[in-house]
Amino acid sequence: MKAIGIILAGGNNEMRLGDLTGLRAASAMPVGSCYRAIDFPLSNMSNSAVNKVAVITQYNSRSLHDHLSSSKWWDFGRKHGGLYVFTPYISSENSFWFRGTADSIYQNISFLERSNESYVVIASGDSIYKMDYRKVIEYHKNKGADITVVCKEMYDRDLTKFGIMQLNSDGRIMEFEEKPIEPQTNIASLGIYIISRTLLIDLLNEIVPEGRFDIVKDIIIRFRRKLNICAYKFDGYWSSVGSGIMEYYNTNMDFLKCDIRRKFTKDFPYTFTKPKDEPPVKYNENADVSNAAIGGGSIINGKVEGSVLFRRVYVGENTVVKNSILMEGCYIGNNCVVENAILDKQVVVSDGRQVIGKENEPAVFKKRSTV
Amino acid sequence: MSKNEMIAMLLAGGQGSRLGVLTNKIAKPAVAFGGMYRIIDFPLSNCVNSGVYNVGVLTQYQPLRLNKHIGIGIPWDLDRKNGGVTILAPHVKAGVESGEWFMGTANAIYQNIEYIDANDPEYVLVLSGDHIYKMDYSQMLDFHKKNNCAATIAVLEVPFEEACRFGIMNTREDDKIYEFEEKPENPKSNLASMGIYIFTWSKLREALIKDSKIHSDSDFGMHIIPKMLEEGENIYAWRFKDYWKDVGTVESYWQANMELIKTLPSFNLYEDFWKIYTNTETQPPQYIAPTGHVKKSIVSDGCEIYGEVINSVLSPDVIIEEGACVKDSIIMTGTVVKSGTVIDRCIIDEYCVVGKNVNMGFGDEIINECKPKIYNTGITVIGEHSTVPDGVTIGKNCVVHGKTSAADYNDSVLESGKSLIREEGEL
Repeated sequence: MKAIGIILAGGNNEMRLGDLTGLRAASAMPVGSCYRAIDFPLSNMSNSAVNKVAVITQYNSRSLHDHLSSSKWWDFGRKHGGLYVFTPYISSENSFWFRGTADSIYQNISFLERSNESYVVIASGDSIYKMDYRKVIEYHKNKGADITVVCKEMYDRDLTKFGIMQLNSDGRIMEFEEKPIEPQTNIASLGIYIISRTLLIDLLNEIVPEGRFDIVKDIIIRFRRKLNICAYKFDGYWSSVGSGIMEYYNTNMDFLKCDIRRKFTKDFPYTFTKPKDEPPVKYNENADVSNAAIGGGSIINGKVEGSVLFRRVYVGENTVVKNSILMEGCYIGNNCVVENAILDKQVVVSDGRQVIGKENEPAVFKKRSTV
Repeated sequence: MSKNEMIAMLLAGGQGSRLGVLTNKIAKPAVAFGGMYRIIDFPLSNCVNSGVYNVGVLTQYQPLRLNKHIGIGIPWDLDRKNGGVTILAPHVKAGVESGEWFMGTANAIYQNIEYIDANDPEYVLVLSGDHIYKMDYSQMLDFHKKNNCAATIAVLEVPFEEACRFGIMNTREDDKIYEFEEKPENPKSNLASMGIYIFTWSKLREALIKDSKIHSDSDFGMHIIPKMLEEGENIYAWRFKDYWKDVGTVESYWQANMELIKTLPSFNLYEDFWKIYTNTETQPPQYIAPTGHVKKSIVSDGCEIYGEVINSVLSPDVIIEEGACVKDSIIMTGTVVKSGTVIDRCIIDEYCVVGKNVNMGFGDEIINECKPKIYNTGITVIGEHSTVPDGVTIGKNCVVHGKTSAADYNDSVLESGKSLIREEGEL
């Protein structure tokens, strides 16, 4: 049952998240007041006893590297196994950037070849969920599947952004359409795959030299009749921060909901992140906070409502922060209004200024900008 | 500073019996402070921030929790190839029939001469794990070297009228110490020892071995320093002017915590370049509900507040339910305060459950009957892992420890000054 993990954190979601991913990979997006998106798949790996994990990254990986600089926080500080971070490199034979998800694994195929675990768990780095991958592997074995794709029945979501599949009565994937114009079902792939290590090596060696670089298009869709590709239905909370500003905003706001927040913060196994040892949050005389998640080291003098504040945020006197996301180190002066806004790290709102966005179109401010 | 120029020996074996039930199961250095910290985090963080990366922690009284907290030193970046943190417990020595406890501050160091020798330091920094302060020990070492001292003692200027409670250094104009007086009736100086010493190791080693033959309970203040002075060694007082608190009693512990919630506290935890590190397993966000109300308080990671919190200090993972009110109190890790309960001027230790509609800290100021020297300023203390049933009223200066049920309370009341202990152990 032993497995190794691969987290695909290289996605360039710049188009979809605008300024927020200008300086960081989507996997490094801050979530839920003290986490980064990749903490969730990493913690899942660690909590599922997947003890050897590769993170494959490509775009704007600096803040991701900074976050992963010590692997001990996720219990990956090991002599045997542990955490590997792979970025594109130039060799005498090639100087390619990763040309697709399958290519990014192929270019690091020695990681697979030098392991002896039977299975590989492939997950994306920008999704927020809690999953015991051991259960999926168990299902994969029982089904005798070649590949298992984790999927979820989606409601109230834009299905045209997902890979949508049709299953037979046995749970085998018969049809799979990536970002369909007319979705036939509401069963969407979550981009989490289980596959035996040797089969993955064989498939990659077959397709990449043919110029096929994508897991979904060139493995799942192309091989769906030749291989037994099964779907594992997941019915827990799942959200992706990489797919758009509103998804990012809503995912953070989900941490204000008791059941979702507690699933990650109070229920065992816990979600790990790099600790920063910030002091407790200080609520001064005129603090008026309701329905808010707040990160360590913050100092609150004003009114905060329906918002997610990350670490070390300062909110001045007589200031109102409403329905907003304030990332680490933001400074909001006195007599300000911040409403329906996403402020990236270290944004300064000077005394008396107002930042007001629309309900379905939050105002977004770049890292270190000043209002 | 070269790698082992100076090593630190942190005395963390004391019980701190004046903290009452708070140190029933744990040593004083392991007691929570300022929400998310434990007292020992302050000297440990000072060490790493001062560049002292080799720390021996001497434990004795109830060390389990302390050992777990320190582990291999990861939270303080003290997991190192060269040095790092080492837990030093009393042990049986070869050739001796029975083991020996640490009998005094200097005796504890004497028993670990082998450890210090193995690290071969030039200087040894002796610290206690009882105090809240930020100090740059490297500055103290510079002073020690500049004056070519055998020992340097960190001192604090205290009001003359309080000097009789401290070990007092009588110094010449240049702060060279000529006399040490323990708790003098008529103090000649107001320079109080902070229990922080730097010794030149060769000098201290010699003094410890000599004194071990005379006193089995060898103590720095009582024996080593007076003896070194007598022998004409060069000992200087190093003046410390910043914040320093001994949180030795229930009242001073409560006061020191409450100072942190002032708008501009005299002790600043929010400084970037002298961070206090601690061991927190996870650091989830805290949540204030629409029904929640928090002011003049500090609240740690993972807390969920559905009720009211005023003038209080909350450790991680505390839950205050809707309609509950916590005022002027300290609530430690993992405690749950249920709906409708009012808590006024209490200290509630880790992992307690306080039932619904409890009134705690109400009634007359009657000093505790069993331990009048510990519980006498109105503060009621609940020991760790205790349960308080729904609907009871608990007075002032009370102590509750253990899983109590309604049957333990007469007419649902525990009068001021009473103790209710449901588990074996001291008050």
